[in-house]
Amino acid sequence: MSHDHSLNPETMPHEPEKATLEGKNKFIGFWFFLGGETVLFASLFGTYLALHNSTAGGPAGNELFGLELVFVMTILLLTSSLTSVYAIYHMKNNDFGKMTLWFIITIILGFGFVGCELYEFHHYITEYGFTFRSSAFGSAFYALLGFHGGHVTFGLFWMIALLIRNARRGLNLYNAPKFYIWSLYWHFIDVVWVFIFTVVYLMGKVG
Amino acid sequence: MSIAATQKRGFGAVLWDYVTTVDHKKIAHLYLFAGGLFFLIGGLEAMLIRIQLAKPDNDFLSAGLYNEVITMHGTTMIFLAAMPLIFALMNAVLPLQIGARDVAFPYLNSLGFWLFMFGGILLNCSWFLGGAPDAGWTAYAPLSTTSPGHGVDFYVMGLQIAGAGTLIGGINFLVTVVNMRAPGMTYMRMPLFTWASFIASVLILFAFPALTVGLFLLMFDRMFGTAFFDVSLGGNTIIWEHIFWIFGHPEVYILILPLFGVFSDVFSTFAKKRLFGYTAMVFATMLIAFLGFMVWAHHMFTVGLGPVANSIFSIATMAIAVPTGIKIFNWLATLWGGNITINSAMLWALAFIPTFTIGGMTGVMVASVAADYQYHDSYFVVAHFHYVIVGGTIFGIFSALHYWWPKMFGRILREGLGKLTFWTFFIGFHLTFFIQHFLGLMGMPRRYWVFHSGDGLDLGNLISTIGAFFMAFGVIVFIINAILTARDAKAPADPWDGRTLEWATASPPAHYNFKQTPLVRGLDPLWIEKSEGKGKMTPAEPLGEIHMPNSSFLPFLFSLGLFVAGFGFIYQTDNKAWLAVLIGGMAFSLGTMVVRSMKDDLGYHISKEELEREAD
Repeated sequence: MSHDHSLNPETMPHEPEKATLEGKNKFIGFWFFLGGETVLFASLFGTYLALHNSTAGGPAGNELFGLELVFVMTILLLTSSLTSVYAIYHMKNNDFGKMTLWFIITIILGFGFVGCELYEFHHYITEYGFTFRSSAFGSAFYALLGFHGGHVTFGLFWMIALLIRNARRGLNLYNAPKFYIWSLYWHFIDVVWVFIFTVVYLMGKVG
Repeated sequence: MSIAATQKRGFGAVLWDYVTTVDHKKIAHLYLFAGGLFFLIGGLEAMLIRIQLAKPDNDFLSAGLYNEVITMHGTTMIFLAAMPLIFALMNAVLPLQIGARDVAFPYLNSLGFWLFMFGGILLNCSWFLGGAPDAGWTAYAPLSTTSPGHGVDFYVMGLQIAGAGTLIGGINFLVTVVNMRAPGMTYMRMPLFTWASFIASVLILFAFPALTVGLFLLMFDRMFGTAFFDVSLGGNTIIWEHIFWIFGHPEVYILILPLFGVFSDVFSTFAKKRLFGYTAMVFATMLIAFLGFMVWAHHMFTVGLGPVANSIFSIATMAIAVPTGIKIFNWLATLWGGNITINSAMLWALAFIPTFTIGGMTGVMVASVAADYQYHDSYFVVAHFHYVIVGGTIFGIFSALHYWWPKMFGRILREGLGKLTFWTFFIGFHLTFFIQHFLGLMGMPRRYWVFHSGDGLDLGNLISTIGAFFMAFGVIVFIINAILTARDAKAPADPWDGRTLEWATASPPAHYNFKQTPLVRGLDPLWIEKSEGKGKMTPAEPLGEIHMPNSSFLPFLFSLGLFVAGFGFIYQTDNKAWLAVLIGGMAFSLGTMVVRSMKDDLGYHISKEELEREAD
């Protein structure tokens, strides 16, 4: 490996994220990691499904959930997944400025999602007394949603760190895999949210 | 040899080298040393159990201490001894067997080790801080959620940290096998040990996250007042059993599959024959791994899941006997007509076949639901799982250590002492555990701290305890062997007339493993070159620069941060001031992550000239 991997349109490989052995390793390694994450969330979903009727006299899902807010959150997160696709598109075209711009938009949408989620939790706790401790349903709800929200938050700070670190030096074959892997992570937590939206909120409303 | 290794260095320099190393061969030494240490601690706990049960109505240990000792024996042996010893073998040999210069993620390899190490230390700190966990290694709720003191908290935090390390290690080996194979090393030319380690890594990847979630739920219930397992608030204790065994059953295949690979390599080397039924062996391993995820509820037959669930899990469990049988017959067929050498490594492998077959047979017995109601939680089950885990995993680790010791340390273990270890351990093992089948059938329950003199269990338990002393003797002889061997003459590169790529390197190999990546022309690549009169591998590339990863102290610091945070989590239930320790430890670990992310780690190069200077 030479130490300078700065890219220009002439030297740009087709897939900069997989152009080096390190990049290939990170790419495949992260896919494996997401396989493990799938089991992690599957276990949390299983726990939630087993306990979602165990309200212990407290509020149930169909009393708590407001689909309006959840709709907004879903739009925010799904859109942020789309904007991260744009960012990767510009990465592949070696346009560092536009990539950064779209990643910043992605992060803003992500913070919007986290803000809504915090508001939602605050609302449940203060208005309904529905907490992590109030019932087995509450424990399972906050565990599943909290793990997802924690993943979103971690992802946001991860991308901020990447953008700050690479702001001055542009794209190269050393950092291209890092941006690409972040986008894989972001899509994954988006997919998890689709399941949460269905299993927790929609089924909670009709169940 | 590299220049650094030929110079005499002080203890401090060696220590710093090992703490910061990212070389898979040194990490293998670390795993072996740490796993060996925990194996001795777990063995000591086993001896305490057997001394307590040597005679009826014994009061050698108090009832509470006995619970702590059995819990820590199981937990230590599974998570802190067997797993790291297997990782030691994988690290030492797997990259060599596929012709790689290192694993895919050397930094993560080091991180995985230090997470395991600090998790193990945290768990064992409980002995000195008010008592060890006492809810059994399975930590069933509500026993675990209501256990007083901090013992179970140490279990939760210690295993969480160690488990993260194991997951990282598993992903690392998966990527190593997928991306780092030498030219010509196709999947179906990989040695069986590499194959089995690859498949075991798949199991780690999909099993350990379930344990992570289970431990989080237990932690939330114990430390943050949630209600997952609190029935009065609608919780359900059976969830723990499901999640634990969704992890726990694949875990026992994680423990055995890599050793199946070891036996395959040992049999083909010392029978001087290509492994019989190579393809069938690979697919049998995959089938065992797949079925391993389908059988977790056979640990829960007596829970009352109903006849349909019990029947399905019973049949799936019995089905595992088929691929396992394929493997047993293929090993026998490999030996058949072979030019057999019997040495210590081979003795352990030969002893494994009948021992493991007995364990497999009792496995089919306990898989039968109706009969399992009799066996459940009796010494019959204790005998069964020691026959498969000791008879498979521990015999396999001993076989592998005798086989690969020259590759790991450049010395050959002494045959006489090796045979003494084998015979005392082998006889002691069967003395200890064979009789336990009958003790179980006579009604002796598992985990009870005393039996009474009128129960008719006296003689069987005494025999069992005597056997345990034989095993302890064998282990001590092995340690003496390892120490004495350090002064012996250096081992040749290929002491066993081996067949696979690791024997094409020096003993021990240079830190870059292969000066030139070898060209693999078929299964048993070194054997092919030998049988064609060449005797050494053809390089697949001209001599050139080698890119090597930098050492790093960050994995140690990251794990240390989590270790400190673990104490914060445990003690914040007593005093909220401990939250500062929790936050401080987590912030420290996150800080090391940021440093890792911000500082480019491009590695360094060994120049062609330097490589030319070094002898072959």
